[in-house]
Amino acid sequence: MTAVSVPRSIAATGSARRRRRPSGRVMLNVAVIAIMVVWLLPTFGLLINSIRPAQAVASSGWWTSLFPPYSFTIENYTQVLSRGGISQAFVNSLLITIPSTIIPIAVAAFAAYAFSWMSFRGRDVLFVVVVGLLVIPLQTTFVPLLNLLGPKGIHLLGAGPGAFVAVWLAHTGYGLPFAIYLLRNYMGGLPREVFESASIDGAGHATAFFRLAIPMSVPAIAALVIFQFLFVWNDLLVALMFIGAANAPNLPLTMAVASLATSLGGDWQLLMAAAFISMALPLIVFFALQRYFVRGITGGAVKG
Amino acid sequence: MDPRLITALIVVVGVPATVIGYVFVVEQILRLVPSRLQASFRPWLWLLPALLFLFVFLVYPTLNTVVLSFQDKFSKAFVGLNNYNYFFTSPDTLISLRNNVIWLVLLTFLAVGGGMIIAILVDRVRYESVAKSVVFVPLAISFVGASIIWRFVYDYQPPGHAQTGLLNAGVTALGFQPITWIQDAPLNTLALIVVAAWTWTGFCMVILSAALKGISSELLEAARVDGATEVQVFRKITFPLLLPTVAVVSTTMIITALKAFDIVYVMTSGNYDTNVIANQMYKELFTNSQPGRASAIAVILLLLIIPVMVINIRRFRQQEALR
Repeated sequence: MTAVSVPRSIAATGSARRRRRPSGRVMLNVAVIAIMVVWLLPTFGLLINSIRPAQAVASSGWWTSLFPPYSFTIENYTQVLSRGGISQAFVNSLLITIPSTIIPIAVAAFAAYAFSWMSFRGRDVLFVVVVGLLVIPLQTTFVPLLNLLGPKGIHLLGAGPGAFVAVWLAHTGYGLPFAIYLLRNYMGGLPREVFESASIDGAGHATAFFRLAIPMSVPAIAALVIFQFLFVWNDLLVALMFIGAANAPNLPLTMAVASLATSLGGDWQLLMAAAFISMALPLIVFFALQRYFVRGITGGAVKG
Repeated sequence: MDPRLITALIVVVGVPATVIGYVFVVEQILRLVPSRLQASFRPWLWLLPALLFLFVFLVYPTLNTVVLSFQDKFSKAFVGLNNYNYFFTSPDTLISLRNNVIWLVLLTFLAVGGGMIIAILVDRVRYESVAKSVVFVPLAISFVGASIIWRFVYDYQPPGHAQTGLLNAGVTALGFQPITWIQDAPLNTLALIVVAAWTWTGFCMVILSAALKGISSELLEAARVDGATEVQVFRKITFPLLLPTVAVVSTTMIITALKAFDIVYVMTSGNYDTNVIANQMYKELFTNSQPGRASAIAVILLLLIIPVMVINIRRFRQQEALR
């Protein structure tokens, strides 16, 4: 994870459109449309292949099925869902992602408020530490955390629901620096007068936090929810570490799809259907909330 | 009922309730304290949960990893620099280090360069928002999903058979022999980087596009009226003004490249000379049961990232000075 900020727009926005020769316009449109096709084709190919019969997938390219005779089927989806592994993994992904999104944002909101609207000794130094923690690679935490949470420590990892608790806690720790950073930048930018007049009217910090800071920070919180949701839903590494590849009933979708992909003699048509199922929810969330997402990454912070 | 579902329900309802309750409890406790001390205690009580998480899950493990990296495979005896010595002498780890350098250079170049070109091109068409969405959307797809998608682009069938992969269909249509994109080094590392670039170019494009919109159009018009060509406008005005943003997205890409794991894990498992250090660490930890060596690799990764950390902190300081 990393956070960086983008120079704010300087007044006069407006694109650099300009009248040009017709041949230039044609070239420009050809280039842009070619880019769009290149970006769409791989996903489109997977989608088409996932609704073709198994033996057709193995013997011809997906583009051949766009011409008659057509033969499409939803067999791959019904098969992959009925095998249990993938539908269970979908539930597991939800069970992992929802708490892992709510906990860090709730914890970060207080810290962000304290960093924005309370003054105390060491505040700036402490916040610089948070900025530094933004880019700590997760890899540097794995061995000690496996010792701490695993059999050598508090025995949280394993087959039971404990592994899920470990993943929630780990994602909270990993997600916090970015959440604190983004929320503090947003809350710190709220008008000072609002908080001053609330204080004059006798409102304490708890009231100011719940009645003013949180409602006014909804856009930042929305952006953060999308980031953290996508990050956790799409995560493979943290799940591999704390749930473990051998823990079949507890695998999230990314791990279930990855194990289908790396197993020998894999059923490709099942793999494709499974991959599409794993992408469905993030794509819906992304399309529905794209505006918040873009505002989140361009309006002051970025997550990598 | 599934015990995990019950746990999850307790968490989803319980955590926000606990967190809200925590603040009220803190405020009640503070009433008992002389008001002079309240102001100095309150911030720390508000920060306490976050600081605990940061310490337990980031600060302590990072420090502990440094210690473990000097210990043997049982995390008992100190072995000096043995683990580091292994890293810098074993051909496997050296290949993964080399590959990370290739990832760093090419991914940054492809994603940032591609993002800039696309941002500039789509700025001039009427369907800009649609075009941007198309390039941006892969960011919502996991690296695992992207790897499966691209597997069918790189697929290989022996010559004479119908090609099922898009690229090889093109290559054979032009009369060449099909290519084993995933097996042939060093081409395969490039093929894996393209998957990451496909995912991340949209991210660079969106941020660069926002910066591009911030450039005053009067400035550009003035240059054009004075007879500057489009290329001159780009070289002398647009590009220099975009540079700070290019630096920002480049640091994000550098970190992404250094931490690259999922794509390699799914597409090649690090075989065919495509290994990267994050995957090598995973192997040392789980396949070879060598936590000491794994820790040394993690420390090397951290050392590679520290310059980026310093740049980020300096940039943050500059912004704060302007606030």
